[in-house]
Amino acid sequence: MTGAQSLIRSLENAGVDVMFGIPGGAILPAYDPIYDSKIRHILVRHEQGAGHAATGYAQATGRVGTCIATSGPGATNLVTPIADAQMDSVPLVAITGQVPSSAIGTDAFQEADIRGITMPVTKHNSLVTRAVDIPRAIAEAYHIAASGRPGAVLVDVAKDALQEKVNYEWPKNIDLPGYRDHSQPVPQSIRDAAALIAQSARPVLYVGGGVIKANAHKELRALAELVGAPVVTTLMARGAFPDSHQLHVGMPGMHGSVAAVTSLQKADLLITLGARFDDRVTGKLSTFAPGAKVIHADIDPAEIGKNRHADVPVIGDVRLTMAQLLPAVKAEFAKSQPDLTPWWKQVEGWRTTYPVGYDVPSDGSLSPQYVIERLGKISDPDTIYTAGVGQHQMWASQFISYEKPRTWLNSGGLGTMGYAVPAAMGAKVGAPDTTVWAIDGDGCFQMTNQELVTCAINNIPIKVALINNESLGMVRQWQTLFYNQRYSNTDLHSKRVPDFAKLADAMGCIGLRCERPEDVDKTIEAAMAITDQPVVVDFNVFRDAMVWPMVAAGTSNDDIMIARELAPDWDSQEL
Amino acid sequence: MKTHTLSVLVENQAGVLARVSSLFSRRGYNIEALSVGPTQNSEISRITISVNVEGHALDQVIQQLDKLVNVIDIIELPASTSHQVELILVRVAVANGASDQKKIESVLEKHGAHVVESTATSLTIQQTAKPAEIEALISELTPFGIMELTQSGVVAMGRTITS
Repeated sequence: MTGAQSLIRSLENAGVDVMFGIPGGAILPAYDPIYDSKIRHILVRHEQGAGHAATGYAQATGRVGTCIATSGPGATNLVTPIADAQMDSVPLVAITGQVPSSAIGTDAFQEADIRGITMPVTKHNSLVTRAVDIPRAIAEAYHIAASGRPGAVLVDVAKDALQEKVNYEWPKNIDLPGYRDHSQPVPQSIRDAAALIAQSARPVLYVGGGVIKANAHKELRALAELVGAPVVTTLMARGAFPDSHQLHVGMPGMHGSVAAVTSLQKADLLITLGARFDDRVTGKLSTFAPGAKVIHADIDPAEIGKNRHADVPVIGDVRLTMAQLLPAVKAEFAKSQPDLTPWWKQVEGWRTTYPVGYDVPSDGSLSPQYVIERLGKISDPDTIYTAGVGQHQMWASQFISYEKPRTWLNSGGLGTMGYAVPAAMGAKVGAPDTTVWAIDGDGCFQMTNQELVTCAINNIPIKVALINNESLGMVRQWQTLFYNQRYSNTDLHSKRVPDFAKLADAMGCIGLRCERPEDVDKTIEAAMAITDQPVVVDFNVFRDAMVWPMVAAGTSNDDIMIARELAPDWDSQEL
Repeated sequence: MKTHTLSVLVENQAGVLARVSSLFSRRGYNIEALSVGPTQNSEISRITISVNVEGHALDQVIQQLDKLVNVIDIIELPASTSHQVELILVRVAVANGASDQKKIESVLEKHGAHVVESTATSLTIQQTAKPAEIEALISELTPFGIMELTQSGVVAMGRTITS
């Protein structure tokens, strides 16, 4: 067979059932066998859409997402979604065509050194110039993307390798001498962690996206209920623990709840599970959780102590870690179990005094938070939500109750505007029987909405709630707060142009518009009733709404503000 | 800040050096010197890196390097328990004829360095030694006028007997 046939056979052997891509010169040989393959190929409109769709598919299903593009601009258009997936530890394999090996290095037509370009933004990548090496490169790529801390892997295949004749042989084993398995925690670290937990009077479970990656939500719930500690779920971990659970006190970080942020600040122990002390969570690092000892459980040894010293590092798969912690903590509690009542009294005070809320605009216009809140209430708990980046993303994380893992997909680490629509497309392909809502901003939407055409043509009926405040809203919020209301280049005029409902129509979707609070429920219900076509609802919302609470960038979590120039009234609280 | 010597065993594959150096650059670690060469196993190369970092950052360097799939092993080699050598070629001016030449030769004799090329106006000297000795030799040659200097990074190997 040809190298191209070998590539597609290898993808089939790796378990790929769907891939997102666009053909072009260098990858063209591979598209011929795709025509006959059982793998579903979805022809997107821009390679960035292919990458985010593969990421959305991976985040919704837990399987490796696959995207494919040609050399040069096809490959460079994948760089953003590759970096995005790598930052959020999403298993993604990108296949790119490369100019023939004899032309590599000559600045040939559509040549780009995509292996060199993606080196800093992938877990691993490779360039294949011989057909005989294709199956092994593909087998290794899927293994590396999915195992350990998941990530993005790129395989660049030269055109002549695709055209060469070869005998197909799928590798029986994968031999990567430098790739270590860190999934089994060291028993001593489990015992040390359990001992610390049994001594803590003010523990907090600081839960990150790793818990979802490790499919560890059941173990998390058991551990949380055993320890009885407050649970905070980061932006990447929303849904890892039910929002409705009594132990859940919210999201930590820059726009986290007062209870979540403050309980971390006042804790004496952080039980850190698959989280990485990101600056958006810690605020000014030197003032973060000053009185807390740290248990840091992560599968990536390089995360231990990267930002915050770990008193007890537990390197391992967080599901195995928690499964082993359960009996160890039980054994410690049998000897002595701390009384968390005083701690909960404090936490409960913060939670009841400062719930995450919003002011309704006095001019009767539509409040963006209300739209998102209603959307969450009307939708069933299996619904998958994706978001772009900015105010709408924060409101979507604050005002929807996430009860299950893999129902909240967003771009956390890289903060990629334009993620929502293509990610929703990928999620819907991976979970066709589930309702998928993209909650998007008018800025984000205009970056990647071309994939609605892909959705319309390929029968991928996603729904888009466009939170249209005619602005780059989060940037505008910072201009309001920190740049004297000088709104430099944040006004998008998108209540005039484009007409989003017409744009949706033109792209083969149903376009709806909602401008009044009293129309929100019926508009959402109308959108819900359409199940055979993508729907876009243009919610024209109050443009000056802001995301609160807020810890300003570079400041301490202790300086959290619940509204403009309004700090919590700490004096009336027991601290 | 202290200089640490890392001996990094890598798969002998295209692009591996770029992966290692790009990691240092994007994480903000400063490479003082680096040398790459083959090992007894043709599939494995050794990169010896001198890096100037604090204790905690050193651990990060090692952990981040270890995440590279092509990196097989990383060993920190403290000067006290390893052989560390550098190679220099240095061309020194011979301005005052025989008297300078005599003085230079006595410096070379003291350091065990030798001349690989001699002309009426210059001596080209080769030396292989510990980094500190190389430094001492260079400083003693400097007064004569160094016309050209080329220096390798450290190559290092753990001692068989470490006590």
